[in-house]
Formats: sequence, structure tokens, C-alpha cells
Amino acid sequence: MRRIWSALAAITLVAAATSGCSDDSSGGGSGGGSVPGVTATDILVGTHMPLTGPAAAGYSKIAPATKAYFEFVNAAGGVNGRKISYKIMDDQYNPATTQQVVRELVLQDKVFAILNGLGTPTHTGVLDFLKTNRVPDLFVASGSRSWNQPDKYPGTFGFNVDYTVEGKILASHVKETLPGKKVCFMGQDDDFGRDSLAGIEKILGPVAAKQSYVTSNPNVGPQMGALKQAGCQVVMLATVPGFTSLSLGTAAKIGFKAQFVVSQVGADLSTISKQLGAAAPLAEGLISANYLPMSTDDANPWIQLYKKVNAQYNGNADFDNNIVYGMSVGYLFVQSLQAAGKDLTREGIIAAVEKGGFQGPANAPLRFSAENHSGYGGEQLTKVEGGKQAYFGTPYETDDADGAVAAYSAQAVTPPQNGIPAAS
Amino acid sequence: MDRFVFLTFDGLGRGAVYAAFALALVLIWRATRIVNFAQGAMAVATAYVGYSVANATGSYWLGFVVAIAGGLLLGAAVERVVMRFVDHSSPLNGVVVALGLVLVIQGVLGMIYGNEFRPAGAPFSRDAFEVGGIALLSRFDLFVFAAVFAVVALLAILFTRTNVGLRMRASAFAPDVSRLLGVNVGGMLTLGWALAAAVGSMAGMLVIPTELGLHPNAMDIVFVSSFTAAVVGGLDSPVGAVAGGLMVGLLLSYVSGYLGATVAPIAVLVLLVVVLLGRPAGLFSRSAARAV
Amino acid sequence: MSATLAPAVRAGRRMPETRRRTRHLLWTVAAAVLIVALTYVLPPFRNYQLATVGAYLCVTAGLTVLTGLNGQLSLGHGALMATGAYTVALLQERLAGQGQWTLLVSVVAAIAVTTVAGGIVGLAAARLRGPYLAGLTLAVAVVVPAITSTFDTIFNSDQGLSVYVDPPPPALGATFPYERWQAWLTWTGALLTMLVLATLIRGRFGRSLRAVRDDEAAARIAGVNVARTQVLAFVVSAACAGLGGALFAVLAQSVSPGAFPLSLSLFLVMAIVIGGLGSLAGAVWGAVLLVALPALTHSVTDSINVSPAVAQRLEGNLPLALFGVTLVVVMLAAPGGIASLKPRRRKA
Repeated sequence: MRRIWSALAAITLVAAATSGCSDDSSGGGSGGGSVPGVTATDILVGTHMPLTGPAAAGYSKIAPATKAYFEFVNAAGGVNGRKISYKIMDDQYNPATTQQVVRELVLQDKVFAILNGLGTPTHTGVLDFLKTNRVPDLFVASGSRSWNQPDKYPGTFGFNVDYTVEGKILASHVKETLPGKKVCFMGQDDDFGRDSLAGIEKILGPVAAKQSYVTSNPNVGPQMGALKQAGCQVVMLATVPGFTSLSLGTAAKIGFKAQFVVSQVGADLSTISKQLGAAAPLAEGLISANYLPMSTDDANPWIQLYKKVNAQYNGNADFDNNIVYGMSVGYLFVQSLQAAGKDLTREGIIAAVEKGGFQGPANAPLRFSAENHSGYGGEQLTKVEGGKQAYFGTPYETDDADGAVAAYSAQAVTPPQNGIPAAS
Repeated sequence: MDRFVFLTFDGLGRGAVYAAFALALVLIWRATRIVNFAQGAMAVATAYVGYSVANATGSYWLGFVVAIAGGLLLGAAVERVVMRFVDHSSPLNGVVVALGLVLVIQGVLGMIYGNEFRPAGAPFSRDAFEVGGIALLSRFDLFVFAAVFAVVALLAILFTRTNVGLRMRASAFAPDVSRLLGVNVGGMLTLGWALAAAVGSMAGMLVIPTELGLHPNAMDIVFVSSFTAAVVGGLDSPVGAVAGGLMVGLLLSYVSGYLGATVAPIAVLVLLVVVLLGRPAGLFSRSAARAV
Repeated sequence: MSATLAPAVRAGRRMPETRRRTRHLLWTVAAAVLIVALTYVLPPFRNYQLATVGAYLCVTAGLTVLTGLNGQLSLGHGALMATGAYTVALLQERLAGQGQWTLLVSVVAAIAVTTVAGGIVGLAAARLRGPYLAGLTLAVAVVVPAITSTFDTIFNSDQGLSVYVDPPPPALGATFPYERWQAWLTWTGALLTMLVLATLIRGRFGRSLRAVRDDEAAARIAGVNVARTQVLAFVVSAACAGLGGALFAVLAQSVSPGAFPLSLSLFLVMAIVIGGLGSLAGAVWGAVLLVALPALTHSVTDSINVSPAVAQRLEGNLPLALFGVTLVVVMLAAPGGIASLKPRRRKA
């Protein structure tokens, strides 16, 4: 018992010592103004992302890209004279760690907002905490429909196209261009797979065969075998990139030929072909959809801008769609800050985002309003041809309910001359 | 029936790899009575090196040899630099040090190569031969079988027919007596680690091309399956490791195929419970003790 | 043999045991006062970390009894925590809004359910030794996501469930910080666990535990029922893990399989070994390390100033490597764990 006591006493000392430090640091973060994380010269925002661990692949590049875009904006004087600091916390895609790091960001670092927190199971766990502490929870990086609950979580906004909307758009393409084919489905065994399938079946009716996989079992041989035996001609995948490659590779291995139609989540060609290595030609003909410019489209002015930022502020990291994504998030956040005006408050930025009307790099509409907190509401189809992934046709928009899939015909905008959204 | 045949071959292909990796675990266990929890991370590290060499020189086989040689070196280094100084009065100290090494290796690999998947090519086609419309085995699967068989055969010869093998077994079973008889017990331990790590590295080179690619965590799941395989077969028995590996591979394939991928871990748990309740030291515990 | 000896022994030790019990109680009250005082000094995030230490302490204390005192290794305690956590989530959802008492009911139920689960694992475990026990419990640890996906109508698969927790009682004042309340909740559980375990292991049960660990044959000859002792150790330890898991669910207000990965089970074992296997003091150190070490390594790497290209490589990876190096170094320098480094060394 005496030793337990000494251990406890040691905690007290350590805790007391660290609490001294943390008082200092929190004083620095919130000093001056009454709005947490905002001073006359700085804005502090934070995020949680998997930087290490099995889920880190691809995702670990997003937040540094966002940060690089902020550095770019800071170098030009920041937003309303304030420089943006972006604190990136590694949660390893473990919801328990997310709890810890988000509390650290909010309670200790006193961030102004949480931006682009990644992952459905991870971010779901902190919704209530962020709501209680009235922290704006902007542009969550996942296609779950949970972010769109303005009544329950007034400060939470999504970014990605939700999986059901995407499923409907992909399925209506299949219905139009591949009529009468036997359509099957394989998806991840969680809300991603379920919501996606729901969208597909809204358009096509029940699929001929469906299979699921779990990330902890990287062998999709049995599933692909079953789809082959069912005589599937079109396979729709709701898979993460690794499992897209695995599915393509496994199908080829067992001599199963079908048209693959893949969710944007797992259809980034550079990621897939890296994993396929020499077998990269298997991705030829792959159909998917997206809403942000393709990283390989050098003619696109947004890509030119992002490549410049990447070279100057991101250590010239290997340029792919994750970087395009990260920088687009940064752009949208700067737009929101501009719209919120000089007197930046938490209520102010939420009101500004709800007002909506943001025009940016995407070819799909952002639907933000007081009633709608979901992210992008449409996508345009892509196809891999000659080893390049490119858009074709027109963008479509729809909702996650029974609304029709309709063409979206707004003009694409070009980025402002200096690459920084102007004050509205 | 077609489906059953397909799943059987699919499972055997996976199982062969688990068997190779389980073999590496068995080797270290027999030599040092430690379950090497760092085996997976060590294999990934050497696979990274192997593929770096393969990509730089354009020769897969050079990379393959470098990875295995790297395994020998890394195994010896881990034993000489770290494991030798672990206090073995509690068996858990070795486990914790190994887990610490896992974190170090994964962190260092992440720093050098990044946490992205990197392509890991295979030396042979992975397209399966079809017989009567059923895809059976690919050239690569045959290569895996051949490699695993070769390792089992070589190890059997080493331990039963050579002087070094005899000394290694002696130092593992009776270190004090062996020392008195003039055996370099420390050297044998180093050799045991080196050999085991080399086998682990080979298993890594065999399994990584069939999965998601090179990644610091690439062997985590393989480690769990292979450890299960080694336990099912009996940690003292190389034959058990091979049998256990094939059993786990088949089970995972059948369950994923007939019941769904989500149920697979439950099936593995059931297999372990059934086997261990019948034979608490694995299927091949007693017969192996007699045979060796 | 034990039947004839036992009464005499008990009679002979009655006085000191009562006195020891009183002393345990006094120490616990003192520790409680200290914790409450701390929660008033610390800022909210430190209080949350303190609360997390409390929840971990329940688990590490139970695991110390199992592994340290009884010599059984469990790599599956993360799954037992998940059992407790999911029980609380499911019950709180049914009982939501009926008052603070519901939490007590849910937590007690969580302990009960986990105890049963632990008993089942323990029955199998009692037959197994060393790596075979490790293998079985490892398989238990990785089965959590499979179960939540297979029975997804109950457990909602990877996404998990949210946990309803009442705000602090109004009697404490409207501005009572939530994190302080959380710390009070988890430390109530942690101190009770410590009190019960400290009392248990000083008594007959503790002697049986250690006898079985040191030499099963000798223990059997001395009249200890080896299998029963091992199963009991597992049950006690599972109950603690269930309580810890329940408190985690309360802290996080959500449960999902991703929060109970294999690495959690492995980290728990690392924590108690690094803390010191021989005594409950080691469990305290272990619980502190589980919270403090990741935070420390992160802040160390945060303070390094490098170019963005290098920073991207180090982010997340350097803390991981430092964490590993610390584990290895501590294990080599202090094989008995941190608790053994105390100047006043007593045999457990």
C-alpha cells in the first residue's frame, strides 16, 4: 500500500507540474480575444487523421496538404490579417484515440474549430463532445450521412459526397449504358458498404449477388469466386483503394472478367496502380465518379495552382488526388473565414457556412444551408482509358432519398488570380 | 462442388504462406522459448530492403536474396544487441521488448518509406491455371509451395543430419549442460535468431505480393494468423506449423466463402478452442517430441 | 490438510487482518481526497487525462492480479473491456433519462456480464500454459470486430453505438466542469477496485494465487485447488476489465470495435510489465504510462523544428518509434518494472 501511495504521489507531482505548463500554453492560445483560438493575428484550427497504422495509407497526405495551402495563404498575409495555424493530431483511426486528441485540441489547445476530421467511426464518437463545447465541426472527411443532422448537431458539416448519392449516380450510369447486364455488388462491411448499396438499389432494384469484406482479412478470393460463379457482368465496388486493387487482381487471377464500377473512395488511379504495380493495366476501363479536379489533369487551373502550392509549401510531395482533396478543403475553409468576416466568432462561421454559395474547384454543388449540412451533392463519371483517369459526360446531382438523378450544369469556375478566395 | 474445389485451392495458397511464417515462430520458440512478436515487423523491414534492391537493380531475385540475407543479419543483430540483455526471469520481459521493437521498426519504416502502400511485384504470374472452368493455382502459388517445402526440408536436414543443428538443439534444451560440453550456447542463440528471421523474411516476400502491398503494418494480420497456426500445430513442431498453417488457411477460405468474411475470426477462435481443449499444447505436441 | 490447518491460521491472523483492512480503507479515503483536490487544481483536459488513468487503472490492476500474481498471460483483455463497454452502451440506451442511478445499474451489469465472459475464457485458460494461453487470448482479442459485424443489428458494426450519460448532478452547481465529474466517476471505480484487490491479495486468495504461480505441483500438494484458483483469478481480473471498459464507454460516450483493437490488449500487458508485475503499485504506474507516454512522445516531437518535407515523414512515426525505444530501454534497465525502482523494496 505504501508503494501505491508513492505512485499516486508521483502522479500528483507530475500532474501539478504539467498543469502549470498547460496553463501557459492555453494562455497563449486564447490570449486577448474572447473567442477560443482566435487572436488579432492568429487562428488556430485542429484536425484528427490517421498518420500511422494500417489506415494511414493515402489519408496521411491530406492534412499536410491542407496545412500547405494555409501556409500559402499566410505568406500572402493570411485572412483578415490573421494567419492560420493547423494542428494535426494522429489518431491511428482508433476512435478511443480520437476522443483523446480532440479533447486535447479543444480543451487544452483551445482551437477555434475542428476541420476535416477523418473517418466515420472515429468522428462519430466526438460529435456530442464538440456540440457540448460549441466547437464548429467543419467539413468532416467521410461520406456518412451522420454529419447532416442540423437539428441534432448544429455545428457539424460534411464535405464528401455521401455514399448513397454516389451509389445512385453510379447506378444510373450502369442502368443507361449497360442495360440488361447482370449487376453485382461487393462492399465494406460498414456504413460505407451499406449506404452505397442502398443508393445502388434505389436505382437498379435488388442486385444479382452481393458480397462483403472486412479490412482485417485481406483475401477477397472467396468473394470474387462467388461473383464469378453467379455470372456477374458488372461489379459495383464500395471498397477502399487497397481492396479495389485486391479485387481487380483477384478477379484477373481467377479469370473473372467484368465491368468494374468503383466508389470514388477507392478509385484513385494513382493509388490503385501503385498497389497493382506491374498489373496496373487491370484498372483499364474502370468506371468511377468524382467531384474534385483530377490530379493528372495538368490543363486544369486548379491543379496548376495546387501544384505550385505543393512545390512551395508541401516539400513537393508526390502529387495525387489526396493532395488535391486536402488543398480543396483548405480553400473551402478560407472561403468560409472570408465569408464570416473580420469579427470572427464560432457562431459567425457556422452562419457563414449555412449561408452557402461557395464556388470552388469542384464540378458538383455544395448544398450548405440551414437545413442541409451535407457536403457535395453530386459527381461526374470518370473512366480509366490509356492508363489515364479522366472525366466524361456531365456532372449529376441527386439527394440521398428518392430524388431523381439530374444533370448539373453550372459553369466551372477558375481560381482567383492569386489563388486565394477574395473577401465576400 | 466447383465452389468447394475453388475454395480449397484458394485456402491452400494462403495457408502455405501462414505455414512459412509459423515456421519462423517455431524456430525461435524452440531455440529460445520466446514467442517473437517482432517477427512480422522484422519481415516487413527486410521486405522493404529487398524491394528497394529489386527496384534499383531491376532483378526480383537479387532483391529476394537480399531480403533473406537481411533477415539473417537483422535476426542476429536483434539477438546480439537487444534480446541478449533481456532479463528472462519473467517470460513477459521478452514479449514486451519484442513489442517495443515492433513500434520502433514500424516508426522507422514510416519515416523512411512513408505510410503509403508500395507495390510489391511477384516473380511469376498470379493468373491461375483453369481446369474445367475452375481457377486452381497460379505459378506464384506453386512457387510458394515449392519455397515452403524447400525450407521445411532444409530445416529437417539441418536439425537431424548436421552437427550445427545438433548443437542448436542441445543449447535450446539444456543450455548449461551444453556449455559444459563446449558448445558455444550464445553463438547458437544468435544463429537461431538469424535463421528464424531469414525464414520470416522469406515468408514476408511470399505473402506481401498477394496482399495490399508494402506497408509498415503489412504483416500485422499475417502475424496473428500465423501465430494461431503455430499454436494449433504446436509450437515445438515444425511439421505442426505447416499443418497448422494449411488448416488456418483452409478454414479462413471456407468460412469466408460459405458464411461471409466477417465470421472468419470467430471461426478461428472456435478452431483454437476445439484444438487446445483436446490438446493443450497443439496438435503435434507429442508426436513431434518423439520424432525430433 | 488445509481443512485442519486453515482455522488455526485464520484465528492466528485475525487481529492483524482487521487492522490491515482498516488501514487499506484509510489509505483509500486519503487517496480519494487527494484525487478530488487534484480535480480542482487541474485544467479540464488534464482532468480528462486523469479520468482516463482512472479507467485504465481498473484494468491494469485486474491484469496485474492475473498475470503478475497468478502467472497467467492474457492478450485478450481489450475484448473483455469491450464486453463491459457494450453492455453499458446497450443498457444506458434503454434507461436513458431516468436519473443518475441508471449509470450504477449499467456499470454493475457490465461487471456481471464481463465476469461471466471472463469465467468462460478462464475455464479454457486454466488448461493452457505460456504461448498457448497467449494464442487463445489473442484470438479472443481479434474477435471483437467480427462479433459487432456479425450481429450488427445489436452492435451496429464498425460504427458502434453512442452511450447516453447524464450531465453532472445539478446539486454540484450549474457550471460544474464535465471533465471533473468524469474524473470523479472513474476514480470511484478505480479506488474501489484497488481497495477490493488489495484486501483480496493480502488474504488467503492472494497466497493461493502466488503459490500457483510459483510452483503448481507444490501448491497442489499444499492443498490449493490449482484449476479453481486460476479460473477465479481470471474471473476477478475480468470483472475489473469489465468495470474499466464500462468507465471507458462513459468517458468516450461512444463505443466501437475500433476502440478495442489488438494493440490495446498488447499495450495493457506492456503497461503492467513496465509498471512492475509484482504489485498493485506497478498497475498504477502502468495506467499512468498508458496516458502519459504517448502524450509525452508527441510533445517531444512537436517541439522539433524541421522543414515541411521532413516534418511530414516524422509526423506520427517519430512518436511511435520513441515510444518503442522507451519500452525497450526501460525493460532492459529495470527488468522488474518501474515499481521495483523504489528505494524501499519489499517482497510482493
